[in-house]
Amino acid sequence: MSTALKIVDNATCTFCGCVCDDIELTVEGNHITKAKNACVLGKAWFLNHHVEDRPVALIEGRPAAFEAAVDRAAQILVNARYPIVYGLSDTTCEAQRVAVAIADRIGGCLDTTTSVCHGPSGMAFQGVGEVTCSLGEVRNRADLVIFWGSNPAESHPRHWSRYSTMPKGLFVPNGRKDRTVVLVDVRRSKSAPAADIFLQVKPRKDFEALWALRALVKGVPLDESIRDETGLTLEQLQDLASRMKRCRFGVLFFGMGLSMTRGKHLNVEAALALARDLNEYTRFYVKPMRGHGNVTGADNVVSWQTGYPFGVNLSRGYPRFNPGEYTTADTLARGEADAALIIASDPMANFSQPAREHLARIPYIALDPKETPTIRGATVAFTTATYGINTPGTVYRMDDVPIPLRPAFESPYPSDQQVLEAIEQKIRQRQGVTP
Amino acid sequence: MPRETFILIPGRTSRQGTTLNEGKLTGAYLDEISTLQMNPDDMTRLGLNAGDRVRLRTDQGTIELPCQPAKPGELPAGVLFLPYGEWSSRLMGPETHATGMPDSKSFDVELETL
Ligand code: SF4
Repeated sequence: MSTALKIVDNATCTFCGCVCDDIELTVEGNHITKAKNACVLGKAWFLNHHVEDRPVALIEGRPAAFEAAVDRAAQILVNARYPIVYGLSDTTCEAQRVAVAIADRIGGCLDTTTSVCHGPSGMAFQGVGEVTCSLGEVRNRADLVIFWGSNPAESHPRHWSRYSTMPKGLFVPNGRKDRTVVLVDVRRSKSAPAADIFLQVKPRKDFEALWALRALVKGVPLDESIRDETGLTLEQLQDLASRMKRCRFGVLFFGMGLSMTRGKHLNVEAALALARDLNEYTRFYVKPMRGHGNVTGADNVVSWQTGYPFGVNLSRGYPRFNPGEYTTADTLARGEADAALIIASDPMANFSQPAREHLARIPYIALDPKETPTIRGATVAFTTATYGINTPGTVYRMDDVPIPLRPAFESPYPSDQQVLEAIEQKIRQRQGVTP
Repeated sequence: MPRETFILIPGRTSRQGTTLNEGKLTGAYLDEISTLQMNPDDMTRLGLNAGDRVRLRTDQGTIELPCQPAKPGELPAGVLFLPYGEWSSRLMGPETHATGMPDSKSFDVELETL
């Protein structure tokens, strides 16, 4: 591999859902040495994904040839009675599409990491609807920006400077000065100093606080006892409700403080319903703060192919959607799945103990550029190239805008898409389907 | 040994995010995801000093880890924060209440000083 110095302009960072596509990379051979414009998380992403010296594939922990690993993977999936396909938020849409095809061929459950981040938000969107806009509109128009249950300073560091609070826009020519920024959270997080107003809601009382705001927006009288319930005074809530009604373009970005806390989809429904109500008075939008680089793409690809965003069962030859039944946290914890294909995610580290214990008992295939607890326990493990750094393709930003990837250097490892295509091909052969 | 019920919030931090890229099996990542943050007044009340180990228990599992005082004002009394990772997941229950999502934030844990 050449060690010549190379500059890649407008590279795309896929570490978080902001998907910043203005990064200038300096590449020396197979190392990225500088990532101009990237935040601290983005720099860590680009500077640490060099090519590691690992076998391309492992079968039961022992180095194996790629073809043998593909064959074993296909054998496991074809022989399973209740296989699951899971992960997908850190890979390209092109690879996601092949994973859907595999789930369809083997009649398995198809689920993405959405189910354990904003899955409840997906359910709420179906229940209430989504008043939506792009981050470009926020940048050019928003004069009231609310973050609820999210800590962008640590999880989406450039959201404020690129999209939501700092930029000078067409209708907010003075940038930050033309905007009011509100943070609502149970913790006074590192985002709080950058907000104009910080409201510390009681833990597990987000739904009540949002519902109280709905009441105030509609002119329903409330009394001081709301403070005991929500931790917020009537005055604080009245002030926020009135700002929401008075703004010209308001947006509420919500994080996993809503979707992961008891109430889950009901918490998010309250936020969506509040935004819907506010459109009687002004323009008001509500958007989830999506985490992984292409988790939004996973929702789009799975919806486009099956009609549902996550938690889809294809065993009857047509898609059925049922969160709680076909979602991976459940199919594993209840001991139902008998084989798994895990792409670019780490359930062995992130799932509940019963789910992990079950995963450890069944044969599974895992794809990841790095060694993780999931890779360590896999029956068949593939080392893959890193999307965006080594492989081109498409990802979706958190506002559902597709963005192309501009890779920095080639990897000796195959992409997720190539591994999945090889597995799908082998499955067809085993099923006697001609290509 | 005193035992008390607290509310645990697992969440992202900058260090968790940067060290994640170095690898989940590296020292800095493991250090970050295994350090509990507590309200400083709660620590004083329970006679805990920075770095003392505590035991956290739910129906699902038990972990032992060191605690550190959170910045003043960051965490209300009775609330704990732990950077999201393998340890926080060990305390999480499997029940998803028909959503696919376990209670992953703001769940009850029993804290015991050691
Ligand atoms: S904000 Fe997110 S996408 Fe942008 S550079 Fe930072 S980690 Fe990357």
